[in-house]
Amino acid sequence: MATDLNTPRVPVEVALGHGLHAHDEHHDEHEHHEESWLFKYVFSQDHKMIAKQFLITGMLWAIIGGTLSSLFRIQLGWPKATLDWLEPVLGHWVAGGKLDPEFYLAMVTMHGTIMVFFVLTAGLSGTFSNLLIPLQVGARDMASGFMNMLSYWFFFLSSVLMFVSLFIHTGPASAGWTIYPPLSALPQAMPGSGAGMTLWLCSMAIFIVSSLLGSLNYITTVINLRTEGMSMTKLPLTIWAFFLTAVLGVLSFPVLFSAALLLIFDRSFGTSFFLSDIYIGGQALSNTGGSPILFQHLFWFLGHPEVYIVIMPGFGMVSEIIATNSRKPIFGYRAMIGSLLGISLLSFIVWAHHMFITGMNPFLGSIFMFLTLIIAVPSAVKVFNWLATMWRGNIRFTSAMLFALGFVSLFISGGLTGIILGNATLDIQLHDTYFVVAHFHLVMGSSAFFGMFAGVYHWFPKMFGRMLDEKLGYIHFWLTFLGVYLVFLPMHYIGIAGFPRRYYAFTGFDTFSTFADLNQFISIAAILSFVGQFVFIFNFVYSIFRGRRATQNPWNSTTLEWTTPVEALHGNWPGAIPAVHRWPYDYSKPGAAADFIPQTVPFSETTSSNLPHEQDYE
Amino acid sequence: MINLALLLGGILVLVVLGLLFRLQVLTSIFSGSSKKEIGTSNKVNALLFPVVFIGGGIGFVWSAMAYYKETLIPVASQHGVALDSMFWLSMAIILIAFAVTQILLFVYAYRYQHQEGKRGYFYPHNNKVEIIWTVIPAIVMAILIFNGWKQWAKITGPAPKDAVVLELMGKQFNWMVRYPGTDGELGNLNYRLIDATNEWGFDFNDKHGQDDFTPREIHLPKGRPVLIKIRARDVIHGMYMPHFRAQMYAVPGMPTQFWFTPTKTTEEMRTETGNSKFNYELACSQICGRGHFAMKMALIVDDETDYKEWIAAQKTFTSEHPEVLANLKPVAPEPVSKQQANTTAPVTKTVAAAL
Repeated sequence: MATDLNTPRVPVEVALGHGLHAHDEHHDEHEHHEESWLFKYVFSQDHKMIAKQFLITGMLWAIIGGTLSSLFRIQLGWPKATLDWLEPVLGHWVAGGKLDPEFYLAMVTMHGTIMVFFVLTAGLSGTFSNLLIPLQVGARDMASGFMNMLSYWFFFLSSVLMFVSLFIHTGPASAGWTIYPPLSALPQAMPGSGAGMTLWLCSMAIFIVSSLLGSLNYITTVINLRTEGMSMTKLPLTIWAFFLTAVLGVLSFPVLFSAALLLIFDRSFGTSFFLSDIYIGGQALSNTGGSPILFQHLFWFLGHPEVYIVIMPGFGMVSEIIATNSRKPIFGYRAMIGSLLGISLLSFIVWAHHMFITGMNPFLGSIFMFLTLIIAVPSAVKVFNWLATMWRGNIRFTSAMLFALGFVSLFISGGLTGIILGNATLDIQLHDTYFVVAHFHLVMGSSAFFGMFAGVYHWFPKMFGRMLDEKLGYIHFWLTFLGVYLVFLPMHYIGIAGFPRRYYAFTGFDTFSTFADLNQFISIAAILSFVGQFVFIFNFVYSIFRGRRATQNPWNSTTLEWTTPVEALHGNWPGAIPAVHRWPYDYSKPGAAADFIPQTVPFSETTSSNLPHEQDYE
Repeated sequence: MINLALLLGGILVLVVLGLLFRLQVLTSIFSGSSKKEIGTSNKVNALLFPVVFIGGGIGFVWSAMAYYKETLIPVASQHGVALDSMFWLSMAIILIAFAVTQILLFVYAYRYQHQEGKRGYFYPHNNKVEIIWTVIPAIVMAILIFNGWKQWAKITGPAPKDAVVLELMGKQFNWMVRYPGTDGELGNLNYRLIDATNEWGFDFNDKHGQDDFTPREIHLPKGRPVLIKIRARDVIHGMYMPHFRAQMYAVPGMPTQFWFTPTKTTEEMRTETGNSKFNYELACSQICGRGHFAMKMALIVDDETDYKEWIAAQKTFTSEHPEVLANLKPVAPEPVSKQQANTTAPVTKTVAAAL
């Protein structure tokens, strides 16, 4: 209906023709004769293929991470049960039917590491920054396709190392995903701190290389390769979010790298950066003068920006998806950019709120508490703007939109408890309890996952030229949405009751002997929600091959990626790159022919809908 | 056999689900509903929002009420009362924010669902509104910050001079406690002196340590400030006493501390909770290895007379292990002990001292 508006400056009728045959089962012959299979699918330098590589690797990791959580939830729900039926999977870790407490810690550690870094950093930013940055800023590809390829393959290498560490005899790293030394530094402290930890550190060091290569590329592309007319204030909010996420990554990951490096030195070369006054395994170690707290400062200097690295791509995609499907401009576009900038800046100066009770100077604690609670303000602004965007909209509930709304709901629920935990006084009681676990699983775990799902449902047609099945999407959403709340809401109760995290069982304490029922309930909900994800996996795999064929612009969206042909091609646009004339949120503009005006349409063609200041724009 | 049956059953269920899915896809193609951009499912999804909200809201309120009592750990310290009231005040504030934003989200989803022939309301920004919803959260945060600062300064401020001093040491996987004995001063420690008997690493060249005693459980006097010095011997542990709202890391090489005033004896707490077996507990809150989940120490709050009696009945470490004094020899290496003897500071040895 809107082909006249939709057509970019350069005609792409041929491509459009392909897209319109929605049920054409005939497989098109591709014309990339020069590309062999190896360079098209494996060592690809095309940002769209690399995005898919990141996504699929991330999904595999998510399945592993989710399986681990199901396994340790079984232990927490039924601490007295005999688990010998798990022996085919876990082997000697369940010898005698009892899960080994150290392997429990290993699973908790690997679950955290996998989800935070491999799924929600690489899987999320890697997928969508790669896919969308060139498409939405109007570039043929990333600034450096080769570096982009390296970024994926470094990620792959680090994945292999981490995966291998799951199977070694002494078990993978087990000191928690935050790997605080001395526990992580001394193999005498736990077997997981032996070879498992070495692999963890090597894997993460390589992971950081991957992340930096990717981020530098994203930043360069956004700054340098925007198409004609695409000023920074005409960028979709997705790009702003990816851009700032990359900036956070570039500035904070090197600090984790240094921490990892120093830890490697302490572990293998006898230095004492983090070790002092230790008597372990019947032996007084010679290390003196180091500070374990120094490691925590270094770790959280990455660790805190990291949670924003995880959540900000979600901010961007959700803004885009809510605006598109509410058929309304995003409310407060500049306020949204401002709050992203504010969050990015503040995210660097709140790290020590993870350390209120480490023995750090209490004065520092009060400064960090102040800065931490301030970050609630830009976050609140974002939520209000999303709500205002929905207000008086004409909402279409695509699967992507459902997940975007779920994101907002979870972000509110999880974000609000951050106000409690950011308060140093209240953190005295709640630190390292299940209240923290519930908080961050809602606000960065589940929300970020919902952002990722929203993105996959929305941009699947751009990745595979086909649509995901919407009905399965609805089932997937409602299952997951309810499941997440059923898991993490009761977890707050357990947290208020003071249950410490990373406990193999709560049977040893009178204080924590309550809530066996609730723990069981959470386990059941968690396992069912995890199983529910296979609806999505099925939908994903099925739709790649058999899904309904996508049209060129299935969501009637304004942004540049929907002006490219359905059949993805190297270089994105068959002709010249279209120029951009307006911001990306001209939805339901009064006086316009359709309820959306793509960014490529100049104001001279839309005189009936131009606002006063737009009339003499060009 | 049962496993095989389960496997086959599972496969069968999956096949049936797959067929159902395929059937659904085909019918939607034939009925033409797959071509319609916005069908009835939009209405169903829109309706599910209020349904889920009301159902979920009822579930939330019910569960919160049902579990409220169980989630409360009885509080037994002065600052704990203030901390609790601040917690519930903050909770009330965030619950209001939670209710308002979630209601708007779910109501808008239903209220503004797609209607044929309608368009969204083109309303890109309103700076006044932005300022309002920036300033209001900022004010609320400011109140919470000031409130928090006040308590934080009090709790982490210096302990009163008359505080009872004791020291905890965390190690894999239990706690140890020591009291200063009659001279009121804890003796020096040196981690290099630790062995099977001298688990603390007492340096008995320091006379203050010779009357220290190391009981198997912690006793605290009711109504007097207690200053707990905290150390760790191997890895980081977390001193966590949930009833006293007290938590502080135990860090190897960096002594920490926490002080508070217990307000209820164990006996009083037993009457209050109606649980004749009630006991205060010290737990470990920071992952420390295999036995992390069982790293516990009993903790008893006595009234003043019971406490004095208990103290009087304790035997010093040196009287229980006379051999440690018999074997006493100057700490090696030599210059260090001289240096320590010359300085009056009784605190832990510094880096220089260790070298």
